[in-house]
Amino acid sequence: MRRFRSLLIPGVDKTLLVKDATRLLPDPARRRFIAGGASLGALTLLTGCDVSDGFSAESLLAQISKFNDKVQAAIFNPNTLAPTYTEADITRPFPFNGYYAEEDAPDIDGKDWTFEVRGLVDNKKSWTLDELYKLPEVTQITRHICVEGWSAIGSWSGTPLRDFLKLVGADTRAKYCWFQCADVDGYNSPLDMATALHPQTQMTFKFDGKILPRKYGYPMKIRVPTKLGFKNPKYVVSMEVTNDYKGGYWEDQGYNSFSGS
Amino acid sequence: MSSLTIHDSHSAEAPSQVIQPVWVRVVHWVNAVAMVMMIMSGWQIYNASPLFDFTFSHSITLGGWLGGALLWHFAAMWLLMVNGLVYLVLGFATGRFRKKLLPITPSGVVADARAALTGKLSHDDLTRYNQVQKLLYAGVIVVGVLVVLSGLSIWKPVQFQWLTAVFGGYDFARYVHFACMALIVAFLVVHVALALLVPRSLRAMIIGR
Repeated sequence: MRRFRSLLIPGVDKTLLVKDATRLLPDPARRRFIAGGASLGALTLLTGCDVSDGFSAESLLAQISKFNDKVQAAIFNPNTLAPTYTEADITRPFPFNGYYAEEDAPDIDGKDWTFEVRGLVDNKKSWTLDELYKLPEVTQITRHICVEGWSAIGSWSGTPLRDFLKLVGADTRAKYCWFQCADVDGYNSPLDMATALHPQTQMTFKFDGKILPRKYGYPMKIRVPTKLGFKNPKYVVSMEVTNDYKGGYWEDQGYNSFSGS
Repeated sequence: MSSLTIHDSHSAEAPSQVIQPVWVRVVHWVNAVAMVMMIMSGWQIYNASPLFDFTFSHSITLGGWLGGALLWHFAAMWLLMVNGLVYLVLGFATGRFRKKLLPITPSGVVADARAALTGKLSHDDLTRYNQVQKLLYAGVIVVGVLVVLSGLSIWKPVQFQWLTAVFGGYDFARYVHFACMALIVAFLVVHVALALLVPRSLRAMIIGR
């Protein structure tokens, strides 16, 4: 799932790389994206750009996406709260969403599950669900906005991530909290520290007042109302506080990494 | 614009008269490229979660899949916005908007529309727009501003939540953004068809005269 980034590494044999990439891209639609990029790359021949330098529409688009990360980080105001709604506004039924069918969602036994904390933290102890349930709980009703465009309003309860980061002695000058999940293929996603410290960013254990059901990410989801839905990992098993950008399931395939709302 | 007045007095030697100044031609074609990229990638994004009971054919979309289309859309938006701002600033600063697009009167629009439909509208002087042109050009500028603002409101519904509220909230703003796109595409169809019917106007937008 590192296909997108691997295209950007210089000095790699391009023929082999394209072969690998085509094998990795089963969806004909994605191949068309590559094909579209190639033809725009061919256009640069006319303007005198050396294609062998690795210029392509894809790498240009990837660079602009990184620039957009910086623009969005600058736009992000740590004190701006996502709009909140009333119980009556909650979307029922709240949609299940994933890159797999609902019956393939991770089926986690809460008794065996632990939340592992790694990286730049003082206390690297793993947390059981019972321990996490004892943390102070807040509830918020906010809008979940999917990268696809649709939105749904839900009620999420849990403990603010910034309080937990304080509790485990995390180095909040680090750049990212990197979450790993139990989804098939191993979902993961990096969260920039400014957003991790946002007052509404939450370690979520309940949906609509009840223990988070399997379809919404049992036993723990990270709810980030200032980000698109795919930046809200479900079935979370570990968090690493790190200065390294470690990529993410969708981020590596080309979704903008900051994806702030 | 001084060269224009000089040439007006020698209208017999009119072929050297500049119809479209160079800055207008540059921003026009940059805008054309940016708009087409925004519209085609926007259709691909729309397909991921359609607002209506149809999707756009893959053959006319840009990006191949949602992730690719979003990369195109959020790259071309800079071209569209920066170029659009240059156009608005120069359009007001040079007085072009006032001179070319005003005044627009309802009776004038009706009269010129009637003349156009009965084939009686003159295209002798391409430096002067008729009332229907004025209305469409002024209108598409307003829609262009709205499509950018509604786009910003669905891109940043938390950080720019006041703007999202102006467009009726996140879900409604998506319809506004779509409607603006539809109006621009409708304009584009008419605009391109008429430019091809009066090829001198197309030449003026390429070489200036």
